[in-house]
Amino acid sequence: MASLNSFLESLMIQKRVIGALILREVLTRYGRHNIGFLWMIIEPMMFTGGVTLIYSLRPMSHGGLTGAQMVLTGYSAILLWRNIPNRCLGALEPNLSLFFHRMVKPLDVFLSRIILESIGAGISMIVLSLIYLSLGVVNFPVDILKVIEAWFLLAWYATALSLFVGAIASQTEIMDRVFHIIQYLMVGFSGSLFLVAWVPPPLQHIVLFVPTVHCNEMMRSGFFGSVEKFYYDVGYVVAFNMVLTLLGLAQVRYISKKVRPE
Amino acid sequence: MIEMIELKNVSKNYPIHGGERVILDQINLTIHSSEKIGILGRNGSGKSTLIRLISGAEKPTTGIVDRRMKVSWPLALSGGFQGSLTGLDNLRFICRIYNTPIKDKISYVQDFSELGRYFWEPVKTYSSGMRARLAFALSMVIEFDCFLIDEVVAVGDDRFRARCEEELFIKRKDRAMIIVSHQANYIKKHCDRVCVLLRGQMHHFDSVDAGFEFYKQHSAEQ
Repeated sequence: MASLNSFLESLMIQKRVIGALILREVLTRYGRHNIGFLWMIIEPMMFTGGVTLIYSLRPMSHGGLTGAQMVLTGYSAILLWRNIPNRCLGALEPNLSLFFHRMVKPLDVFLSRIILESIGAGISMIVLSLIYLSLGVVNFPVDILKVIEAWFLLAWYATALSLFVGAIASQTEIMDRVFHIIQYLMVGFSGSLFLVAWVPPPLQHIVLFVPTVHCNEMMRSGFFGSVEKFYYDVGYVVAFNMVLTLLGLAQVRYISKKVRPE
Repeated sequence: MIEMIELKNVSKNYPIHGGERVILDQINLTIHSSEKIGILGRNGSGKSTLIRLISGAEKPTTGIVDRRMKVSWPLALSGGFQGSLTGLDNLRFICRIYNTPIKDKISYVQDFSELGRYFWEPVKTYSSGMRARLAFALSMVIEFDCFLIDEVVAVGDDRFRARCEEELFIKRKDRAMIIVSHQANYIKKHCDRVCVLLRGQMHHFDSVDAGFEFYKQHSAEQ
């Protein structure tokens, strides 16, 4: 019983620390005047609006989805696996002075940024969807629970990835550069901008190695129903995420011993 | 449960180019409540490292740090607050993570740190004197059982030093304190015993004068 009490006590402490860190992040990221928060809505709108324009200029669309529908779902994925890891790269350095307090740990810093950025991505997605809904560009999702499930699987993937690369990046400078290059490449291969149905059947299993492809397919299936054939395997994504989470947490633990407050 | 802090066979290595450097080598130290201990050592002898290990800001390479009383973070010229936050934001942060209600603390910190308008400005805009005043004020906000003081009392004008003196050694004279300082008079005045760090090893002295003798004798070595 004693160990349960001390676990709960530690949990309370960690909850307070992460809460304090989130508030600290909000203050510095968005300033005191909340203008920065608006950018979180405007930037996705600019990206999706731009890509929608490009798609609409094509003579015909592939299959049953319009460009706007593709990019609304696709961009919500990018918001997660791009923005969240980016906030965790270099997350520790501005907070080094806070590690003088023994209850503040690197994991807390990462988690506070992950939580804050996820909430931002979620709000962006909802606002954008409502705007598109009101414009008649999309209809209300056929299976909204599936959409939400896909979004959470993506958020989980982004979280695990962020812990992993954030921890490594705090120790080596190369990770930062390498990861940005990989991200640029991944925009094309992540499934945001294509459907598995467009890929020649012999090659489909290759793109299905990427977990975000599954999540995109699942989200579109939930949003638009069976206008297309969607290919995804929830079990694969869960297994991938679990391994990545283990790697991420192990890496954070490893570097936590090396972090020196300054 | 006896309130104390115990370091058992604590060692700390740091990686350096081509290997490791042993900063602290099998240190043993016990601090009881209301004891005041001075730590002497040359620059680079590991005094700040020792303070960090006691506070928990860093973990030892080997050995155990057993904390059975509430220990402050290392009180130094800076550290412990975040530069892009204001003085007030930092106070809020400290109160949140140490689970202390902020109610009366705002006016206390404002009053003690004498920052004026700068209380609402980012700490990175402060002068070093302002930082020291804020650092000290913030650390007085939490009721610690043991204070770790890393040379901060040497800073500031006479008025500030007098106020620090009052806050620490009069209002909180029942607390334990671990004081790192080069100022012999300060240590002699406030400490019951001293420890000298020499080549990674700790030498204990029940008499402050004996400790200083030893320190002076060996000050040429490292």
